[in-house]
Amino acid sequence: MNADLKKHVLELLGKDTRLDGRKALDFRKPVEVKVGISKNAEGSCQVTMGETVVMAGIKLAVEKPYPDSPDAGCLMVNAELLPMSNPEFESGPPGIQAIELARLVDRGIRESKIIDMKKLAIIPGEKVWSVMIDVLPINDAGNLFDTAALAALVALKSAVFPKLEEGEVVNYKEKTTKKLPLDLKKDTLSVTVWKIGKHFIVDPITDEEKVMEARITVATLADGNLCALQKGGDTPLTTDEVMKMIDIGIEKTKELRKYLK
Amino acid sequence: MSKLLIKDKEITVPGEVLAEGMDYLPGIGTYREGQTIRASRIGLVNIDGRAIKLIPLAGRYEPKRGDTIIGFIKEIIMSGWLIDLDSPYHAMLSLKDAGSEYIAKGADLTKYYTFGDYVVCKITQVTTQKLVDVTMKGPGLRKLYGGRIIKINTHKVPRVIGKKGSMVSMVKQATGSKVIVGQNGTTWVQNDDPKMELLTVKTIEKIAEESHISGLTDRIKKFLEKETGKKVETKVEGE
Amino acid sequence: MAYTKRLDKRKFDEPREMEAKVGIIPRADGSAMFRMGNTIAYAAVYGPRSMFPRFLQDPQRGTLRCHYNMMPFSSGGERVRPGPSRRSREISMITEKALLPVIDLSHFPNAVVDVFVELPQTDSGTRCAGITAAAMALADAGIVMKDLVSSISVGSIDGQVLVDLTYDEEAYEGVVADIPVAYLPGSEKLTLLQMDGIVAKDILKKAIELGKKTCKDIYELQKNALKEKFKIKGDSK
Repeated sequence: MNADLKKHVLELLGKDTRLDGRKALDFRKPVEVKVGISKNAEGSCQVTMGETVVMAGIKLAVEKPYPDSPDAGCLMVNAELLPMSNPEFESGPPGIQAIELARLVDRGIRESKIIDMKKLAIIPGEKVWSVMIDVLPINDAGNLFDTAALAALVALKSAVFPKLEEGEVVNYKEKTTKKLPLDLKKDTLSVTVWKIGKHFIVDPITDEEKVMEARITVATLADGNLCALQKGGDTPLTTDEVMKMIDIGIEKTKELRKYLK
Repeated sequence: MSKLLIKDKEITVPGEVLAEGMDYLPGIGTYREGQTIRASRIGLVNIDGRAIKLIPLAGRYEPKRGDTIIGFIKEIIMSGWLIDLDSPYHAMLSLKDAGSEYIAKGADLTKYYTFGDYVVCKITQVTTQKLVDVTMKGPGLRKLYGGRIIKINTHKVPRVIGKKGSMVSMVKQATGSKVIVGQNGTTWVQNDDPKMELLTVKTIEKIAEESHISGLTDRIKKFLEKETGKKVETKVEGE
Repeated sequence: MAYTKRLDKRKFDEPREMEAKVGIIPRADGSAMFRMGNTIAYAAVYGPRSMFPRFLQDPQRGTLRCHYNMMPFSSGGERVRPGPSRRSREISMITEKALLPVIDLSHFPNAVVDVFVELPQTDSGTRCAGITAAAMALADAGIVMKDLVSSISVGSIDGQVLVDLTYDEEAYEGVVADIPVAYLPGSEKLTLLQMDGIVAKDILKKAIELGKKTCKDIYELQKNALKEKFKIKGDSK
């Protein structure tokens, strides 16, 4: 809403810098990844990018499969924009912003087929494992998309099955050492590329997010192929701009990949 | 016998016993409970003769008459503009206080100040119900163009400004930036050189963060000299 | 069978290992983390700020609003469905009541102070950890408060008084009483007292005294965590 802020951000980008002194395509430092921040979760992770902090947790349960895929497990991704993380977030059921965040994280994981869903079947047609991922920001200082996607992926890779007792009853108190059936070659990471004027940036801080015109979230597999795309923002993009942004997304994903351990 | 349990310039938390006995007086930020004086907020102890006062280290801005503050236009109504002061209470700028021009009723108010505009204004009135009036008539009061806005805690503003403006002058001289610090903590910084603008921002944030630690002026002077590579003249009083 | 040795080998008057940190959520006006054993509570405070919806505003005094929530992956059992439950709403209310006595609401008429408590990992004592974290977060936010509030659960198993019950102790086969308390260290008064289970009156009294004593130790931790925030790294002050 503040016209001056947009002008200022553009001026700075014209001089190859940003509000916090970074270059257009720099991520904030440090990027910290902490695994196992919730011992009760089957898998969990906290990612810090600059001052943005997001927690992701995995819970597993035994459920009936979907009727159209009786021999495959279920996956659900949920996001809650906690009011503690940003004074503008309100309490209440997830609004469209939370839903978009959840769907973006979901798309990256589901479409990459990193989880071998068939291996989650226990009794085909009757009982399968359901994987539930929850991402929650603790402090929102910009770029929840990429922080949440990274946290969800690392949590997923660290997750283990809880013990399954007789009658397919889950004993959450005992965790096994068996990891989820993941195809690690499909390591998918998301980078969101934003456009303002004729400039492209990654990892915006809150003030920058306010003045951006459009964005594309690019989910890339380890082999460089894309598995999910989503455009957001109110401004339309030309094909050239789209391809340029995708290129940037793929390139910057390589950098984020360092944090996957 | 009266006893002081805490030293000057120590940090204290709510409920902490600062003194025992009736010889000491509870100043601002403290209260008397029986024979003791206790802290009523997180703050820096300031012993002034027999009075024990607290300099607050945190807390949101409470509008005060006479304060010059920076706010932004958040709503436009029939009789003027509503201004966000980064406080639980907003301020009202009415047509007659908007500036030197005469503004007729029914005029398009966005021509003067529109949504999101940042302005430097002065508080003329605060009622018991916390209704706040501001004026744009007066020296230095105006709409802000360009530059950037940062926020520091309102209680740190006196240190950022310094005695007789000496601290902020030092920062302005060293960086060449224009700086206006609102009493509410909202601060405007402008410099054509992005590196100097960022340095100004970082310096102000550093002053605010370290405001309660002695030797501040020296530290800031050294910091500016290190970052600019130039000697900093200082006429700062008080440290 | 009498409860003679604690499941996690602690002494009966020994609380779990505790950790307190202040200022961990930069966007909030005040924030804190408090950990008791495996229970971790985060608290963030925003305010005083404008209160919406408008009709809830009180022109004579401010409002304190507490929101308690367990994260979906926090529990030792199944996933916790997001959203307010009757339990979380009750705990939000008692958190507010435990904190209200120290806050002077007349300072901010028409405005609200929001307190958010979120738990990423739980092992009993969540309301107590939440209140303890919330008190630090309120002080960190510069709210005018007469005192901090410290909270712990006490209880008894088969007549044996103990402090800081774990989930397994609450579920122990025997005569169990679980008694969360919140305490104002300065005025030595209780602002929260609940009891689930069966207990004799004299045991209850002993438990409360043990709670007060432990809360005094928790207060020291809260105090230090608050003061710690204002030291710069490498500064000896």
